[in-house]
Amino acid sequence: MYEHLETADPALVESGKLKRVAVDPVSRVEGHGKVTLLLDENNKVQQARLHIVEFRGFEKFIQGRPYWELPVMVQRLCGICPVSHHLAAAKAIDQLVGVDPVNLPPAADKLRRLLHFGQVLQSHALHFFHLSSPDLLFGFESEIGKRSIVAVLTDYPDIGLQGVKLRKYGQEVIRMVSGKRIHGTGAIPGGMNKALTKAECDYLKQDIAQIVIWAEAALQLVTKVHTSNLPYYDDFATIRSKYLSLTKPNGALELYHGGIRVKGEQGETLVDHYDYCTYPELIREEVRSWTYMKFPYLTSLGKTDGWYRVGPLARINNCDFIDTPLAESARVEFKRHSGEAMVHSTLAFHWTRMIELLHCAESIQALLDDPDLLSNDLVAKGEKRHEGIGVIEAPRGTLFHHYQIDENDIVTKANLIVSTTSNNTAMNESVRQVAAEYLSGRELSEPLLNNLEVAIRAYDPCLSCATHAVGKMPLQLELIDAEGKLVDTLIRHSSGEFIHSSA
Amino acid sequence: MSGTLCIDGIAVPFSDGQTIIEAARTAGVYIPYLCHRPGYAPYGSCKLCTVKVNGRTNTACTLPAADGQTVISNSPDLQHDRQRITQMLFVEGNHFCPSCEKSGNCQLQAVAYHQNMLDNHYPHFYAQRELDASHPDILIDHDRCIFCNLCVRASKEKDGKEVFGIAGRGIHKRLIVNSPTGKLKDSDISVDDEAAHVCPTGAILVKRSAYLAPIGERIYDHHPISEVACERAVLEAGAATGYPSCDQTKLPQNGGPDSHYAATMPPAPDIKHGR
Repeated sequence: MYEHLETADPALVESGKLKRVAVDPVSRVEGHGKVTLLLDENNKVQQARLHIVEFRGFEKFIQGRPYWELPVMVQRLCGICPVSHHLAAAKAIDQLVGVDPVNLPPAADKLRRLLHFGQVLQSHALHFFHLSSPDLLFGFESEIGKRSIVAVLTDYPDIGLQGVKLRKYGQEVIRMVSGKRIHGTGAIPGGMNKALTKAECDYLKQDIAQIVIWAEAALQLVTKVHTSNLPYYDDFATIRSKYLSLTKPNGALELYHGGIRVKGEQGETLVDHYDYCTYPELIREEVRSWTYMKFPYLTSLGKTDGWYRVGPLARINNCDFIDTPLAESARVEFKRHSGEAMVHSTLAFHWTRMIELLHCAESIQALLDDPDLLSNDLVAKGEKRHEGIGVIEAPRGTLFHHYQIDENDIVTKANLIVSTTSNNTAMNESVRQVAAEYLSGRELSEPLLNNLEVAIRAYDPCLSCATHAVGKMPLQLELIDAEGKLVDTLIRHSSGEFIHSSA
Repeated sequence: MSGTLCIDGIAVPFSDGQTIIEAARTAGVYIPYLCHRPGYAPYGSCKLCTVKVNGRTNTACTLPAADGQTVISNSPDLQHDRQRITQMLFVEGNHFCPSCEKSGNCQLQAVAYHQNMLDNHYPHFYAQRELDASHPDILIDHDRCIFCNLCVRASKEKDGKEVFGIAGRGIHKRLIVNSPTGKLKDSDISVDDEAAHVCPTGAILVKRSAYLAPIGERIYDHHPISEVACERAVLEAGAATGYPSCDQTKLPQNGGPDSHYAATMPPAPDIKHGR
């Protein structure tokens, strides 16, 4: 739809008449990325790109290491969803010791699910309240000083505090199962290294009823914000796409293990209950020279048409139902609002994220009554294999881990398709949509540029792990004219001080 | 010979044949070490246990205890040197605690915590030595070897084999395996050998045992190495009734006849005595 804006007309670039605007770094996302725009003399956008400018290289440096290190090592990819990497790697190394998901002891399976519900709960809470709520509560072009969790805590203390506590609860679930809030251990080849004790279970039960209530409130908040701003919320950064996710065999929403389902933009089912162990036939990745992030696509549809979206919007769009009652009724209301088979609104990611938050809270509540969590039958054994694939629905979407090992248990090859990678084309398309529909032809200002970040933020991209300092992230905007002369600069220093200078 | 020596003002009894480090440990006084191991012959290569004995520098793991010795272990100078030695061990190899399976059970890591090591201080060497994963049950990660010689001694003295040796000098020093190919799979080692279990770091590992101990149940999760190294009963008795003190008049001034470092180096962080 907006592909023509990926690369500006070379003749125009040659002519030297385009101005370049860079948003670097994109703030309140996980990791480091930048957006560049090329504008002509009338401020019409000729090119818009989201670049990922960092390089991690995990796939390379885990080569040569023993496979049992993988779940603990690769979770260091991220400080927000380490559990998802831990579990995707764990599912892969289960296969290396000959254990398929169906053969995992029930206790291990349920402990991992509990761990993962805690992960998705805390990650979704973090994203919605800490990173995105300032945009949603104060407006996309609000004063920059308002755009942080600190301002939310000042103006909406109840909402801010509930967000912090929701996240804390998810972190506590993780700590009880894996020993630490971030980067614990837990999953080992073929199972888990510890059951929950009764005391740990009781500790988590204390607050779960409150957590469900707060999750419902968060869902009501996002529903109100979205529906009271129609049609803007349905149109902003919106692109029509295909969706990929895991589902349960009965078609229900699934976060830990299932088959791959792909639906087209009209809701038609393109792939269903697909065994993820043959994903290399389903998906390929394309490399483009201007970014470190690859572009995955469905092999059968090719590079141009094969792109798809993953994450909460994909999962809620794709599933037939949710097996927890409150989240299911929220899903029904969500689907009803658009009147289409598929909801394509990019800002609806926030809405679906909160439906999943509620689903996680309800699921944790149900799981905590399951006596299997206390069972010490935790590890299954099998025959060694040389290849293992683990796929999971991470908070940001479908996550693929794929490893090969040699006869000495050493990793020889690794391939990771992280969730954000799958949304690469979509994020770029949304950036181009915003650039074309909302920015093109206007005099650019810092608040206006936040619109680009709002579009990217909706996907909750995990560009990698980065440390965040609230409101202190240094940011520089430069406007360079056709001759390459600096026209305008806006700098935010790490002290929070702004300097605006027109040349 | 038996008698009493004085370590940092505490009267420490010893029995015939004990070294200073063993007399101290038995009495609940921790002196840091890595190449030493209770039940093993004195060796003295890591120098962490360096103490002042009657004003002279000695390794506590090799010097026999003698009646009337005055030993200083917990002085700022000595602790500072221990911290630097530990930092050198870290930069010389690749000790990535965050993903290392030995984390929480690792003596090197525990000593680093005890020495309040907060950075590397020295530039990192980024060692790249080949992993030996050839043996079906045992793995050698050479990048984590600190040349303590414990596996060499264990194989020779405890297992009656000679699987390991240290070859080369200085920066070229390396752990070698006594087998036709140099690979562990072609050696006499068995997973039940003591040599497979004495490594104080994550250099020699039993395969497929990683992360079996959950966080909270690892050796150093609840007690620092200064407590783990000593007998619990002795520590509890010491905590209940206090440690016997030496005659204060016999103690030299703290740092009295001490090394030249005192004048030139910044003070080491305040480290609690290991009791």
